[in-house]
Amino acid sequence: MERIRSPRELEEIRQEILRGRDPDKPCITICSGTGCHAYGCERVTEAFRAELKKQGLEKRIDLRTTGCHGFCERGPVVLINPQKIFYQRVTPEDTAEIISETLLKKNVIERLLYIHPGTGERIVREDDVPFYKGQMRIIFGNNGKIDPRKIEDYIAIGGYSALSKVLTELSPEEIIDTIKRSGLRGRGGGGFPAGVKWESCRNAPGGKHYVICNADEGDPGAYMDRSLLEGNPHSVLEGMMIGAYAIGSDEGYIYVRHEYPLAVRNVGVAIDQVRECGLLGEDILGTGFNFDIKVNRGGGAFVCGESTALMASLEGQAGEPRAKHIHTVESGLWDKPTNLNNVETWANVPLIINKGVEWYTGIGTETSKGTKIFSLVGRVNNTGLVEVPMGMTLREIVYDIGGGVPGDGKLKAVQTGGPSGGCIPESLMDIPVDFDRLTEVGSMMGSGGMIVMDDTTCMVDIARYFLNFLKDESCGKCTTCRDGTRRMYEIVDAISQGEGREGDIELLEELSWVVAEASLCALGQTAPNPVMSTIRYFRDEYEAHIKDKRCPARVCKALITYVIDEEKCTACGRCKKVCPVEAISGEKKVPHRIDPEKCIRCGACITECKFDALEVV
Amino acid sequence: MITFTIDGYEVEGEEGQNVLEIALDKGFDIPHLCYHEALEPYGACRLCLVEVTRGNRTRLTTSCNYPVLEGISVQTSTEKVIRARRMVIELLLARCPDVPVVKDLAREYSVGRPRFKLDNDDCILCGLCERVCREVVGADAISFLGRGTDRKVGPPLEINPKACIACGACIYVCPTDCIKLEETEEERTIVRWGRTLPMKRCTVCGRSFAPWFQLEYFRTIAEGIPRDFWDKCPDCR
Repeated sequence: MERIRSPRELEEIRQEILRGRDPDKPCITICSGTGCHAYGCERVTEAFRAELKKQGLEKRIDLRTTGCHGFCERGPVVLINPQKIFYQRVTPEDTAEIISETLLKKNVIERLLYIHPGTGERIVREDDVPFYKGQMRIIFGNNGKIDPRKIEDYIAIGGYSALSKVLTELSPEEIIDTIKRSGLRGRGGGGFPAGVKWESCRNAPGGKHYVICNADEGDPGAYMDRSLLEGNPHSVLEGMMIGAYAIGSDEGYIYVRHEYPLAVRNVGVAIDQVRECGLLGEDILGTGFNFDIKVNRGGGAFVCGESTALMASLEGQAGEPRAKHIHTVESGLWDKPTNLNNVETWANVPLIINKGVEWYTGIGTETSKGTKIFSLVGRVNNTGLVEVPMGMTLREIVYDIGGGVPGDGKLKAVQTGGPSGGCIPESLMDIPVDFDRLTEVGSMMGSGGMIVMDDTTCMVDIARYFLNFLKDESCGKCTTCRDGTRRMYEIVDAISQGEGREGDIELLEELSWVVAEASLCALGQTAPNPVMSTIRYFRDEYEAHIKDKRCPARVCKALITYVIDEEKCTACGRCKKVCPVEAISGEKKVPHRIDPEKCIRCGACITECKFDALEVV
Repeated sequence: MITFTIDGYEVEGEEGQNVLEIALDKGFDIPHLCYHEALEPYGACRLCLVEVTRGNRTRLTTSCNYPVLEGISVQTSTEKVIRARRMVIELLLARCPDVPVVKDLAREYSVGRPRFKLDNDDCILCGLCERVCREVVGADAISFLGRGTDRKVGPPLEINPKACIACGACIYVCPTDCIKLEETEEERTIVRWGRTLPMKRCTVCGRSFAPWFQLEYFRTIAEGIPRDFWDKCPDCR
């Protein structure tokens, strides 16, 4: 794209792009987010491309690959615009039919529609799919409208107009005031008011100032930052530019996980594009504002998502946190004032500038404004990325959007906040989700992980899983986090093995208190949350493991036995065949038996049995 | 001058100083294993915990890396401090049950047999060796390796550290005495790092006194000292 020298030129280019586009022109939009990639969207795209060519329709029908649409459960997802017909689980074999039937003859293909699990109704339009209906996709929704590698697409939907506005109409102080009044809080976990942070950083003496985008998303199962960077990198860049101008910074960094190759590539392409057209670099839009962004790839340590560890890593040192008695806004990267915000926080900024404080503060709760993107995963029908206004209840998210728990399962708990978050029991499903309520009930917002658990989930096992993660991901610097999380893991592991002792729960509580109070960084300070919240709400499960040597959810392998119900067993021999350790014996017409000594409790026999004859006790 | 209080006593410090150094200077008893006055505070062992009140907020924090700030109030032995410190000692004792300095602390704080599985380690990962080598000696021969429970200190790739001058500063600062030195007339070995260097003899008395490599390193970095200074043993200088 040619160089854009002024806000006016930006507007002219936008109008030119829009003039060249017909909103009614048919367009096949294919989600190319991480989930759909795993489902093979690339082959679907290729099939569409080949088919359009074959039928000579390349000029008449647009083909657009976009970032993640969120409904990963039903991928590959294809949207037929302008009607917004929603096709799911699309295969390369469906593409010819979609073109000939839907695009040419305007017929809907029933087979590819989403079926409402409750009513059995087939839903045609994306907006009517319950998964999307309950959401408010002000940040994430643009993913479906743009090709992340085409800056024209972003400009067409109003991109960089917020930057243009702040550079020409607002002083840095006014921008900071706007962000402060918007109530925007950091989406990376802490929930610190972004405007206050920006102000402290701007006011900090020390010459050069830095801004950083934290894209070191490391919570297991969380991928909203990834999907934003992959699907709409320009929105993050624009947010950073506005922040840099407000803070007085001319240099920014994006610290992104090396394990996110598509995000690294797309943000790299986006930076090249804005640099080429002069929206990044020197004298941006002819206003004298200079700013540039570098991308740094993280090496894969969870702790590098912690701001001081991230900065140490950027400096080329080992990613270890330091005490924050002197805040990073005063002394951060290379001891200079540094403002770090998370991907989603930055992406909120252009929106606030464009739509205004009043509009933004109209969304959310008293203390938490705007929306939040969650990765809804686990025992829930509609897994994917969901963006909801702050204050929506957990129940609404899990049932209305998530479609509830699959099969006969009963909702037991929702784990929020990543590995250092907590488990919220079913009885608290009606709490509104915002920063403060989640903290009150012993969990946290974190970066937005949301794992749904049903009655087949053992809470001791869950605590064990997260502790195992945390003990490995602790940097190992301070005693309480390094040895404390390891000892907590050992105790919980012993409990799950049936080796728990009287007093273990109290020892866990004592240890949790010290690790939370005395650790150096937020990783250690929040590491006990999985243990504390499961003890708080599911103490009886711990007691069953310790006192009765029983796992109520029948998960902990050392505490369960597989048996065959002789009444139901038809001696068909299927279980015997599938057992990997030859633990099942029995002749024809004689009910089979399992040798508990040999059995490794893998569950293969249960899956195989057609007569429901296997039981876990 | 920055004025604040420790256990109710008014004390003074200067900008850039930390709470622990002022407290130790005045004779307050705060245990610490990863702090050394010649090195940057690190905050790893978590023994020097105190309660600091700043404004209307009181929190538990390590004093070694807490900067002296005007008007703060430091409490060195509240119930909370002792409770947390005892658990830290229990964790360290479980890690290193045979290390005298940890055993002494356990005795002092009435910490009995740890309620955790006992390891048999001799290093508490305080990082003093790594810091003295980097900050004071300037050799930067060893560093932390691995993370989480796999963390340890050693030379890069755990092979013979070419940057180590076998000066023994790491041995000197180690609180658990886990770095051993073996020395003959001919050579000196830092056992833990696997570094062996030949010794140099004094040009005056002929006695073997320090690794040749170490003396040459000092000759290159020390300014204003006569060049032949490093050829003589401390007795003959």
